[in-house]
Amino acid sequence: MNIHEFQARELFAEFGVATQPGRVANTPSEAESVASGLSGGKLVVKAQIHAGGRGKGTFKNGFKGGVHLCDSPAEAKDLASKMIGQVLVTHQTGPEGKEVGKVFVGEAVDIARELYFAILIDRATSAPVVIASTEGGVDIETVAEKTPEKILRLPVNPFLGIMPYQTRLIAASLGLTGPLMNQASRLFTNLYNLFIARDCSMVEVNPLVVTQDGRLMALDAKFNFDDNALYRQPGIVAMRDVTEEDPREVEASKHSLNYIGLDGNIACLVNGAGLAMATMDIIQHAGGSPANFLDVGGGASKEQVASAFRIILADPLVKGILVNIFGGIMDCDVIAHGIVEAAKETGLSIPLVVRLEGNNVEAGKKTLDASGLKLESGENILDAAKKIVAAVKAAA
Amino acid sequence: MSILVTPDTKVLIQGITGSFGARHAKLSLDYGTKVVAGVTPGKGGQLFEGQVPIFDTVEQAVRETGATVSAVFVPPPFAADAILEGVEAGLDLVVTITEGIPVIDMMRVKHAMKGSKTRLIGPNCPGLVTPGTGEKSHGGCRIGIAPGYIHKKGNVGVVSRSGTLTYEAVWQLTTRGYGQSTCVGIGGDPINGTSHLDVLKMFNEDPETEAIIMIGEIGGTAEEEAAAWAAQHCKKPIAGFIAGATAPEGRRMGHAGAIVSGGQGTAESKIAAFRAAGIEVAETPSDMADALIRRMKRS
Repeated sequence: MNIHEFQARELFAEFGVATQPGRVANTPSEAESVASGLSGGKLVVKAQIHAGGRGKGTFKNGFKGGVHLCDSPAEAKDLASKMIGQVLVTHQTGPEGKEVGKVFVGEAVDIARELYFAILIDRATSAPVVIASTEGGVDIETVAEKTPEKILRLPVNPFLGIMPYQTRLIAASLGLTGPLMNQASRLFTNLYNLFIARDCSMVEVNPLVVTQDGRLMALDAKFNFDDNALYRQPGIVAMRDVTEEDPREVEASKHSLNYIGLDGNIACLVNGAGLAMATMDIIQHAGGSPANFLDVGGGASKEQVASAFRIILADPLVKGILVNIFGGIMDCDVIAHGIVEAAKETGLSIPLVVRLEGNNVEAGKKTLDASGLKLESGENILDAAKKIVAAVKAAA
Repeated sequence: MSILVTPDTKVLIQGITGSFGARHAKLSLDYGTKVVAGVTPGKGGQLFEGQVPIFDTVEQAVRETGATVSAVFVPPPFAADAILEGVEAGLDLVVTITEGIPVIDMMRVKHAMKGSKTRLIGPNCPGLVTPGTGEKSHGGCRIGIAPGYIHKKGNVGVVSRSGTLTYEAVWQLTTRGYGQSTCVGIGGDPINGTSHLDVLKMFNEDPETEAIIMIGEIGGTAEEEAAAWAAQHCKKPIAGFIAGATAPEGRRMGHAGAIVSGGQGTAESKIAAFRAAGIEVAETPSDMADALIRRMKRS
């Protein structure tokens, strides 16, 4: 799960991680009043969408840039009026863009240095690892590739947490000395506490800045949360913004289906995550293009198969469906009945290829054959993929 | 021999009275597996299916029945505790089927287990099967949720992160007349107890295992590490398959660990590592058993 920048700042405030003063505004006049409550210096107004590249983006109304500096609350109000309710297109949103519902209004800071600081879970050591670099404000993957010596990786013992000596070591490697070292120790410790307390899988502060007047603060941040831990993080769940998510995925999550939308035209419905990925791959291997990842789970019920069909068919891009089920313990005949029912109920009019294997498969195939539905059976996964690709091409 | 478990292994099931645990405990009993105990706190003294004694703690179950291996079906909020209870009781092996355990919990479990004699498999895995000699491999050791009847006793070892892809591979082998020594699902989470490499080393040592199928997916670098080791040390023929070549970067594909991030964990890199190690790569999931047969005929 992802959150907005202003929500990240709320978490920073809660855990004592230094950041620039400011608040979120839902309307232009709210932006003006937030600005009036700040220190009176330069201001920054930032459009709140999940996608990156906001500063270089363009609104569909022609207004350029989702991040602007200004000098007065009246100007902040004017900037907010050009952003709120408008659609911002960045290199990460795709051409359709994202509607901006809120802006963040904060005190602009004079930056002396830009640094990078992140915490994530390292799979290899099964422990949190801190990543820090003097090269902030740029793409860290490029830094890692071109100048790996400028990146510090420091593992943290999960039982001890980040130790004071470790925070000093990181500060020193970033050239943070004197009073800045104490600020850094505090910031790193508090951020680590936030990471653990809120079940993050990644927190990336980029840039972490030193201001001209000698303050260290997190200027922008990206959070990822562990979906498995959301049951114990009601505050994080409340930050979910479904308007930022693919509507197909929002609908699927209501039916406990594991669905990820892609941009191809052959939908697939599979049991098991590994097999679902492999089915996407084989569609491409056969010359087609997958429209989604969809795992109905090991014990898929008739109802789940039916709702999966509805979600697949609501996507106007979909021109054919491949069902691939290995019924280990699940009865293939039950699945077959689910498919028939769903196809009839949704008035299926596009090609459907079904590959069933496993428990009671003969009865399942008979049910499909006797259904009167226009569908093909696949002998194996490859055969099924070839058949659906051919059927979609023939129908085009 | 097989690896990890034999048909004589005594198994206990943590969470035996929950609907998921009960269903699969029953299937394991039907398969002929020696399920000797169940553990559900507060239900000690009862019997499961009229034959398997239920205990309040793993320690009691081990003391009374001599169980050495446990299958964990406990829901995610309580799973870390259940795993460590099995470790504390001195089990040889704890197989965690539970899906959805927070990663920070698993991180602590892994570090708490350091220095213990217990091996963890999973979480979020289908478990493992050592097929038996009876009809449809009856009489084997089935721990977890895999369908027993698809197996056949034989000499191919299977290791995989995915449940249904394991079943595909096993079924392809069985229908072509190739049986299995042991099939191990290591699970789809980013932090797990046993890696591809751990299982590969065991198969390499096991005289009954003559060939290996290794199934991986996007995310992490465990497949690359296993392949690099195999290139140096494994004399047995291996076929491999990697799922997720078409998955978009930065998205979790069902399994919590199946994610390409920062350019790491791509299917491309894993397939290249397999090829470099002389592992025969299955082009599609329909080709897994045939890929192994091709590789075996070459050696």
